[in-house]
Amino acid sequence: MAKIVIDPISRIEGHLKIEVVVEDGVVKDAHSTGTMFRGFEIFLKGHNPTDAQHYTQRICGVCPTSHGMTAVLNLDSALGVDDKIPDNGRIIRNLIQGANYIQSHILHFYHLAALDYVDVTAVADYSGNDPGLTKVQQFIGRALAAGDNSMLGPFWPRYEGDYRLSKAINVKAVQDYVEALNMRRIAHEMSAIFSGRIPHSPALVAGGATQGPTEDNVAAFRAKLTKLRKFTDEVYIPDVIAVAEAYSDHFEQGFGCGNVLSYGVFDLDGKEKDLAKRQRFLPQGIASGLNAGIFDPRKITEDVKYGWFSSGSGYPGDTDTVDDPNKSGAYTWLKAPRYDGNVYEVGPLARVLVAYLAGDTTAQKLVNDTLAHFGAPPAALFSTLGRHAARALECKMVADAMDKWLDELKPGEPVNVKTEIPDSAQGMGLWEAPRGALGHWISIKDQKIERYQCVVPSTWNCSPRDNNDQPGALEQSLIGAKVKDEANPFEVVRIVRAFDPCLACAVHVVSPKGHEKGRFQIC
Amino acid sequence: MTTQLTRRNFVGLCAGSTAALGLSLFKNPEFERLFAAGLNEVPVIWFQGSGCNGCSVSALNGFPVTIQDLLLSEVVTGSHVSLRFHNTVMAAQGDLAMQALYDTETGPFALIVEGGIPLKDGGIYCEVGEKDGHGIPMTETIERLGKKAIATIALGTCASSGGISASPPNPGEVVGVAEFYKQKGITTPVINITGCPPHPDWLVVPLAQVLMDGPESVEVDEDLRPKTIYSKLIHDQCPRRGQFDAGKFAEKFGDPDCLFKLGCKGPICHADCNDRLWNNKTRWCIEAGAPCIGCAEMAFPSGLGPIHEPMDITEDKIGDKAALGLAGATLATMGVLAVTKNKSGNAGH
Repeated sequence: MAKIVIDPISRIEGHLKIEVVVEDGVVKDAHSTGTMFRGFEIFLKGHNPTDAQHYTQRICGVCPTSHGMTAVLNLDSALGVDDKIPDNGRIIRNLIQGANYIQSHILHFYHLAALDYVDVTAVADYSGNDPGLTKVQQFIGRALAAGDNSMLGPFWPRYEGDYRLSKAINVKAVQDYVEALNMRRIAHEMSAIFSGRIPHSPALVAGGATQGPTEDNVAAFRAKLTKLRKFTDEVYIPDVIAVAEAYSDHFEQGFGCGNVLSYGVFDLDGKEKDLAKRQRFLPQGIASGLNAGIFDPRKITEDVKYGWFSSGSGYPGDTDTVDDPNKSGAYTWLKAPRYDGNVYEVGPLARVLVAYLAGDTTAQKLVNDTLAHFGAPPAALFSTLGRHAARALECKMVADAMDKWLDELKPGEPVNVKTEIPDSAQGMGLWEAPRGALGHWISIKDQKIERYQCVVPSTWNCSPRDNNDQPGALEQSLIGAKVKDEANPFEVVRIVRAFDPCLACAVHVVSPKGHEKGRFQIC
Repeated sequence: MTTQLTRRNFVGLCAGSTAALGLSLFKNPEFERLFAAGLNEVPVIWFQGSGCNGCSVSALNGFPVTIQDLLLSEVVTGSHVSLRFHNTVMAAQGDLAMQALYDTETGPFALIVEGGIPLKDGGIYCEVGEKDGHGIPMTETIERLGKKAIATIALGTCASSGGISASPPNPGEVVGVAEFYKQKGITTPVINITGCPPHPDWLVVPLAQVLMDGPESVEVDEDLRPKTIYSKLIHDQCPRRGQFDAGKFAEKFGDPDCLFKLGCKGPICHADCNDRLWNNKTRWCIEAGAPCIGCAEMAFPSGLGPIHEPMDITEDKIGDKAALGLAGATLATMGVLAVTKNKSGNAGH
């Protein structure tokens, strides 16, 4: 039996450590640990409530838009304007958020996940005239000429062994890695048209947005969106399929808890006050396996038995956050969110599956066609590759829908309503970050924030054991995984990254046998 | 496809701010010599602490100096950044990642720190790896790396002054790099690149200067920020300055007038956003109808008061009173001022 500790887990957002115990090549136990704490819920107390949309964006530089959006929905409800948002404001919010979905999904697949599947060294003897590949080839050549592999940072060192793509596909994938850097930048530029700048847009405000549409802005947005839709259709989805074909055993890795949850995202209706009933492009819902259920926000709780917190467990609208780094038995800075007492996975897989089960014909066609390509049943979505496929298909669904939303903007009409801060109020914002269900809860007293709680996607997915000792979704997906080489545990990090963790931390893998330092090989 | 940072591009990046200062980065013949010199490999360790990774994400948006240039090519002719450690993009993880760090710090390297440094309880509020079964605090690592680095760029407001992570009551006891170095007696030069996040150019311009002629060549202000970037007030560049001077103020978002009463921090915020614009010159905050939130100031965010409340521009913290001119007096007469009385460091508390 060997314990593998990966700390830091790189190519994620935040600080995460993963420990797994491997016996006879199979993971028997797993622990997920968040290793950083900042305390937003603590320092937001006493602030003007409208500071929340700006402060909470700074929880995450990759998905700030989602926190900004969830905060303004939270404030819309607390300030009593949640049924008064003008259509222009609702649509512009969706467009700013949609741009960030595309950016985040492209970033995740190419720049965070791909290096676990793609061998960059395949480009070492490239002799064509693609400028991106030429840069990579020269970069590798520089290290070769100097005889110094360390010059290959940040692409070296790495786990060695299980790279399976053909040379031609590897070269294509590296080319697409470079082009994807441009595409995710263009997605940010698209967001900035309405959001002013990104990351950390100042333009998400309670009551709507700060800038109305003009014909020029709509045309500029559409031009960038068209490039991104083409990239998604012609590059991103085909690359995911090419990786899946070579690594098809990863359809059988990382099953997880089997339950999914989506709060729903992209409002199609600005008049329904109850966010659990609001019509959304990607709908609210839960599912156990392939059986759909009804979502009720009052069933959300957070457990703290294994988190470094002295505050209690319970519904996020009623609880507090008090750090206690020396708490006995705890092993992470994360709380353990649960729904109706059970473990749920959130993220693109959850959203696409909930839409699929709700009868969304676009989701059904995309998913069915993809599964048919591999001869796989819908249950195969609950896997490492299923999560990547769902993310890519969702990227297409959102990008295509955004083109239609642009047509619904009405230049010259209002983009927001004026808001006033009440003496006291409660609010709740439910939304979906690219990584999954995101909820903010606020209590206002004397026009100040009395209490603010955020339950973020990666606390759902990367949570520790709960009060009943049930492992979190990622922990469960690691248990049962097959690990071929304990010194190069590709399977572990592939499973972790498929969830797209966002902790601003790293995973620690340590083998008691020690590990051989990976050797860089030029083919 | 992208262009590499040639001398012309670099001059272009610097042009807005240097022209304003009446300076030329290239009047120094040493720069010319270095541009013509041979290949220079500069290992860089980019370390993330108590922050959100937004500075890294913003750096990915660089243009015309793209992230491809930073990763793969010459940042300035003859000088490569060799990014040996960066948690969000590096292939290595776990022990391999930590070993890459240890290997790099045996020779000369430049250090970029993103995020603040939490001091509480021996630094356990941010652990950055594991060794011999124990978490390694960021404090321990930065103290060691800081002593060895040829220069440190504190990237972003968190690394510069603690930023949002240091908001009262500062649960993790977070400080910026310069304060941390002071406490530890570390004398390595620190350049603060404030901004939450910083514009990608704000990193590339001083980084290129450091590569070309060492950290001493970067002229900094009292907050250790490069003067070429942080000398001008947003207020002085603002396209709505005319409305401010005329006393016309937006009452709600979407109105075309001055955003002061909706909380604009332009009168105290030093940065060249209006020259550079954001996201490949797409837009900037005020152009999108959003007030400047003052993110390039060391006091951001909690020292600047509620973000959407008008600030008191009569207070001492407003460095450049002349910039406000008569308009400030006009505002005082109009009763716009003194709506809030937040002293630095305590928004709404």
